Amino acid sequence: MSYDLIVIGTGPGGYVCAIRAAQLGLKTAVVEKRKTHGGTCLNVGCIPSKALLHASHMFQDAQHFAEMGIGVSAPTLDLKKMLAFKQEGVEGNTKGVEFLLKKNKIDAFHGTARIAAAGQVEVTGEDGSNQMLETKNIVIATGSDVTRLPGIEIDEKVVVSSTGALELESVPKRLVVIGAGVIGLELGSVWRRLGSEVTVVEYLDRILPGMDGEVAKNFQRILSKQGFAFKLGAKVTKVEKTGNGATLTVEPAAGGNAETLEADVVLVAVGRVPYTQGLGLDKVGVQLDNRGRIQTDAHFSTNVTGIYAIGDVIAGPMLAHKAEDEGVAVAEILAGKAGHVNYDVIPSVVYTFPEVASVGKTEEELKAAGIAYNAGKFPFTANGRAKVNRTTDGFVKILADAATDKVLGVHIIGPEAGNLIHEAAIAMEFGASSEDMARTCHAHPTLAEAVKEAALAVEKRAIHM
Amino acid sequence: MATEIRVPTLGESVSEATIGRWFKKPGDPVKADEPVLELETDKVTLEVNAPASGTLGEIVAKDGETVSPGAVLGSIVEGGAGAAPAAAPKAEAPKAAPAPAATPAPVPTAAAPGAAKDHGPAVARLAAESGVNPASVGGTGKDGRVTKGDMLAAIATGGASAPAPAPMQMRAPSAPVDAEREERVKMTKLRQTIARRLKDAQNTAAMLTTFNDVDMSAVMNLRNQYKDVFEKKHGTKLGFMGFFTKAVIQALKELPAVNAEIDGTDIVYKNYYHIGIAVGTEKGLVVPVVRDADLLSVAGIEKTIADFGRRARDGKLAIEEMQGGTFTITNGGIYGSLMSTPILNAPQSGILGMHRIEERPVVRNGQVVVRPMMYLALSYDHRIVDGKEAVTFLVRVKEALEDPARLVLDL
Ligand SMILES: Cc1cc2nc3c(=O)[nH]c(=O)nc-3n(C[C@H](O)[C@H](O)[C@H](O)COP(=O)(O)OP(=O)(O)OC[C@H]3O[C@@H](n4cnc5c(N)ncnc54)[C@H](O)[C@@H]3O)c2cc1C
Repeated sequence: MSYDLIVIGTGPGGYVCAIRAAQLGLKTAVVEKRKTHGGTCLNVGCIPSKALLHASHMFQDAQHFAEMGIGVSAPTLDLKKMLAFKQEGVEGNTKGVEFLLKKNKIDAFHGTARIAAAGQVEVTGEDGSNQMLETKNIVIATGSDVTRLPGIEIDEKVVVSSTGALELESVPKRLVVIGAGVIGLELGSVWRRLGSEVTVVEYLDRILPGMDGEVAKNFQRILSKQGFAFKLGAKVTKVEKTGNGATLTVEPAAGGNAETLEADVVLVAVGRVPYTQGLGLDKVGVQLDNRGRIQTDAHFSTNVTGIYAIGDVIAGPMLAHKAEDEGVAVAEILAGKAGHVNYDVIPSVVYTFPEVASVGKTEEELKAAGIAYNAGKFPFTANGRAKVNRTTDGFVKILADAATDKVLGVHIIGPEAGNLIHEAAIAMEFGASSEDMARTCHAHPTLAEAVKEAALAVEKRAIHM
Repeated sequence: MATEIRVPTLGESVSEATIGRWFKKPGDPVKADEPVLELETDKVTLEVNAPASGTLGEIVAKDGETVSPGAVLGSIVEGGAGAAPAAAPKAEAPKAAPAPAATPAPVPTAAAPGAAKDHGPAVARLAAESGVNPASVGGTGKDGRVTKGDMLAAIATGGASAPAPAPMQMRAPSAPVDAEREERVKMTKLRQTIARRLKDAQNTAAMLTTFNDVDMSAVMNLRNQYKDVFEKKHGTKLGFMGFFTKAVIQALKELPAVNAEIDGTDIVYKNYYHIGIAVGTEKGLVVPVVRDADLLSVAGIEKTIADFGRRARDGKLAIEEMQGGTFTITNGGIYGSLMSTPILNAPQSGILGMHRIEERPVVRNGQVVVRPMMYLALSYDHRIVDGKEAVTFLVRVKEALEDPARLVLDL
């Protein structure tokens, strides 16, 4: 039997691609080496991290119930139960994917896939059994893996990756996070709320590299208020395990005297690398770029006819929704439709409290490109809803082209920022101006009014400021 | 079902057109591919044909309005002429009577596809404030929607009738008795462009003109001798333009600066010879371009030019046919000009003026003889063409025309 499409990996890129292909009438199969579907995102990424962020936020919020006149005794932590709560969430979601694959009549094979040739996928099961599958097209969606630092061994107990940080057996007294990116700050937040002293060491002189500079600076201030300690412009040169912890050697990135940090747990969160191991790409001649990503053209095709790739394993932001959209697009292309991903409008969110969300260009990018823009900013301290909720940290910033008023970038720090960003994404998808956003009626009292006010502020006519 | 009539693609570098006039009124029956209106661009006037048969519905862009490629001009409603409007006037009784033309319109307006109407609030405000109809603006947003930026650009470039042209009308008012006897007419797009281009050329180039004269005896003899066989064989008349074009190309090859152009601090030498031939039409001068004229025979050039001339007068030249010239020839002689100083066709660096042929006494071998003479003028951009080159250029043209054997022998 031969398939129209075999998708390798059932992360958000792969399973979404398979479902869309099946909807469009392609005979589709997936191969996944993990026991459960959903990839990094559902098993050890987005979903479990959000479950813990939610639970730990509740734990912290409960400490402020008294301010609202709710009398409860001080909350206590049952970490085991919290981790079980997280795991149930993960299972619910991975089961959901399994159900969706079935519902769409997609054959799911468990095992490690190797591309024997274009049109041929060999699946090796855990028990060593082998089978060869025939297909017209192959989509590689094998995702990414943790980036390791030379000389620093990850044991997932004392020195952990994000995966280990999602199931620490106890709350570490001192947690050192290497890397001030999204994952490091999110998981740092979880353990900070549950009681750890958290120190973040970052090689660059700023947190959240790539995000808007002003946003990053403000966010760092907010996290510092929450008890985070930052060592920026510093590199970890050594991690030595001691009795039941580790000693880190940290040097200024620019050179200078080394110092040491003591930690009970070290989280290595310095990024992720594309994962292509065992696929046999060199054999079939699929080209990688200089960063190990599979090279694709505008239609997600590799240099080998019939082999496509999407998600974390190709260029672009390593985000689940980017992988999903690419999955849909490539399925549509294979079905003879016009699949397309608009890379200019991909939102990204940091799910801390407050959240940080952005879509489009940062001020730094606009300056570098020599584009004249107007910025409109509105703080949550001036938003009625945020005020009564006492969640006034943060602001909304809208960047619009100086000549055409077209919205070029929106950056939000604040409660619900991850939900608020999407009106900006839709506006940008349709080429809207800041005035279009400002003239769209927003319900009162909502946090979204801050978005509208920031849009008004672009033309210097915010009402509540 | 309504079918939209849209502005066709106008060719590179042409971003807007003016509605010349509608040939049909709303309610008129139209057949598919029948011309329904005329568009004027700064290069040509072109007709827009009906995309479908039916009845002309609403006219969105009125005569004189400026529109961009892709903009909606109007719509055609399905159904024959008489059918639609017939019922309404009767039922609506006396009061509705004076405006029967309007009756077929409402349906297409309401049913027009969403995209054209779904403007954001900023576009709606600008439309209300400026009077510019978004339907006449080419949209750059998703699925061709008009964005605020598109509207601002349309308003800035005079899409708005109100604010933009004002500063140009600086003329002191005439005395009332005279004012009554003046007529104010909007310049056509073509005329406005001609005006702007000519002035730009004068403001940019260091332009001056050099003259010479040419004895046309040899060319005229050649022509008299071969014109019948030539016409029989090639189906086109043997004129002078073929000779002039060939002579010019030979001179351009020797003096490449005349075929070059200035781009910032660079000189762009063009190793191809696209010769523009100025053709007068009722609406103004147009300059179709004989592409790679150096690769054409005299017959090929004559045929191309004859065809251009015919189509220019009918307004049927395509915009691409008027782009990319490297040198221009203009013949004022057909109107009787003795001498002129043509203005460059920017960014070109040379233009040859031909004039009337007239029998004049000239001295040959110490004898006064009568010869058919023509004055030649070369206007050139002194920034890249030196006086010596310009003069040599004209001398070469003259030599080739006085002794056409040089053209054959490449001398
Ligand atoms: C802690 C953490 C938190 C994150 N939070 C977010 C978030 O909040 N939002 C967000 O957008 N992104 C988040 N991400 C990133 C997100 O998880 C990835 O961008 C996303 O999972 C990429 O999807 P993918 O389909 O390309 O690959 P993956 O999800 O990595 O899936 C690839 C799958 O392929 C399988 N596979 C690999 N090789 C083979 C083979 N040879 N044969 C068979 N199967 C194979 C793997 O087992 C895996 O299941 C997070 C990541 C981490 C680590």
